[in-house]
This record gives sequence, C-alpha cells and structure tokens, in this order.
Amino acid sequence: MNDDKPQGGIKLTEQQLRARRARSIGIAVALGLLVILFYIVTLVKGPGVLHRPL
Amino acid sequence: MSITQPRAAPGIEPDITPSIASVGDYIALMKPRVMSLVVFTAFVGLAIAPSHLHPVIAVTALICIAVGAGAAGALNMWYDADIDARMARTAGRPIPAGRLTAGDALAFGLTLAGFAIVVLGLLVNVVAAALLAATIGFYVLIYTMWLKRSTPQNIVIGGAAGALPPMIGWAAATGGVSIEPGLLFLIIFFWTPPHFWALSLHRADDYARAGVPMLPVVAGLKTTRWHILAYSLLLAPLGAAPWFFGFAGPLYGVVAAVGGAVMVALALRIVRERSHAASRQMFAFSILYLFLLFAVLLADRMSGGLYAHFAA
Repeated sequence: MNDDKPQGGIKLTEQQLRARRARSIGIAVALGLLVILFYIVTLVKGPGVLHRPL
Repeated sequence: MSITQPRAAPGIEPDITPSIASVGDYIALMKPRVMSLVVFTAFVGLAIAPSHLHPVIAVTALICIAVGAGAAGALNMWYDADIDARMARTAGRPIPAGRLTAGDALAFGLTLAGFAIVVLGLLVNVVAAALLAATIGFYVLIYTMWLKRSTPQNIVIGGAAGALPPMIGWAAATGGVSIEPGLLFLIIFFWTPPHFWALSLHRADDYARAGVPMLPVVAGLKTTRWHILAYSLLLAPLGAAPWFFGFAGPLYGVVAAVGGAVMVALALRIVRERSHAASRQMFAFSILYLFLLFAVLLADRMSGGLYAHFAA
C-alpha cells in the first residue's frame, strides 16, 4: 500500500472524532462490565450455573 | 453510515454524515428518570418476595430490568421522534434535536432489549425474562405504536407496562407471580392516569399541536378533572389493600390511608379550583405518594424480617 497516495473518503471533524472515541469507550466499558458480571455470576452459582428452573 | 438508516433513492446521494452523538445522548435515550422509578419498584417487588436471592443475582436482575426499561425508552423515542419534535417538553431530545438518527436509536433499543431479556433469562430465571419481554413489547408495540396515537385511554391501558416492574422483581426472586405483586401492579396501574392527566392538564396545547389524543385534548379539561377524581377514588382504597390483605403492617396502612386521602383531596381541589397550581401540586404529590407507598412497604418488610431474626 502506498502511503503517498491521497486518501479518499470522509474526513472526520474534531467533534466527530471526539464523539466516536467517547462512544467506543462507552461500548468497551459496557462489554467489560458484562464480562465481569458473567464471571462473578459463574463464581456465585458454581456448578449450578447451567441449572435454570422455570 | 448506520445500517438502519433508510436507503437513498437511486441517483440521490445517501446521507453519510458521521454521527456527533455523545454517550450522554445515548443515556438520554434510555429515559433515566423513568428508569429510576422502574428500578425502585422492581427492587421493592424483589426485596419483599418470600424467598432469598443471592445479592449478586438480585443486582443482576435489577441491572437487566433497568437496561430493559432503557431499551423501551429508546424504542419509544425512535418511534415518537415526530411527536417529540412538535412538543416543547421533548423537542430537545437527541433525535428531534438532530444529534442522533432515528435508525441509530432503533438499533440501540433493540440491542439493549435483546441483551436485557437474554441475560435475565440466563442468569436469573425464564419467568422474569418473559415478563420483561412482555413489558417492553407492551410499551413499544401496544402503547407507543398503537394506543398513544389512537385513543385518549392511551395512558390508562399503556400504564400496564409501567406497572409490571414489581412483578418482574418478584418473579426474579421466586420464579413465579402471586397476589402480592398483583396488588402492587394494580396500585401503579390506577396511579398512572391521575398522575399523567394532572401533567397533561397544563400541557394540553402541546399535546394538541403534536396530534396526541390525550384526554384533555379529546374530551376537554372538565372531563379530565372528573376522571382524575374518579381514578383517585379508586386508587385510595387500592393503595391500602396490601395492609387490608395482611400483606403489610399498620404503619403501611396509616401511610396509605393518609396518602390516599391527600390524593383524593388534591383531586377534589383540581375539580373545584380548575387552576394550573392545583394540577401541578397533584402531579408532584402523586410521585411522592407512590414513592412513599413502596418505601414504607419495603421498610415494613425489612423491619418485620429483622424482628423475626432477633425474636428467633
């Protein structure tokens, strides 16, 4: 890939870049919390984690 | 561009403006104030249930209920963006303000709803998850898409969605439902009309401009005032029902009786005075009334539990 070639596509403004970064961090935090939640619940439920009574 | 944005017609350049939506805009989509009341009533339903739930599982259930309520809020804002844009109270919401596309709100709401229901089903129990799915479905499909735009009874029937959270909390703890959460459901169900109609009395012009057939717009202010009184008269004894059925102690009975009497007195004042001040007072007190009923019920059960613990 030639880096000297002019880049096409959309150029994001500073505000759009900041907003996208904040949203990306938000998604990462939410997914991280979900992983932690599943980990803790697995510890709490132990082998019964797959037992789901109606 | 979001995959949920409408496809542009041939020959027309699609709108591919990158989003400037902040995390705060997405949080606003979830209606955090409504969510807080949902979580509180669900917590009371969960805490007073006669079975022990591990604190981690209880917190998980409440998170799922909160996220499910947020999903319902986001889907409501997606569908109602046209109405929101025409009302002063809601014109600043993320979609009508142009900070977020309707398609992005739809994708956000559906994703949250899916996660909330599946996680509640996997980590807590299937009954609670089914009730959460029914609540979100009722709020979005029945209330938002159908009733809100078609009948002045919209908030009466739609109020069922807001009344279900204590039942979900109870189901999370016990794996089923019974008469106790049913009473809590009825209290919130009959509390919703006087609460919202008191608000709509001094926002009738806003609703008329947006084309929403709220009772004051369709039937007039006088009829709405009488409806507020009628529902308050039904609500007052219902509020005391948990004590009457022996499901709450005398402290709850006193608070429910006094609170119910004040609700009826404020409704009578609305009918007599016809002032904005009276309807605003009714709206504000109705929130306090519901909060007090649930808080005292919770305290009553907790103190009963502590008493039993020390007496044993």
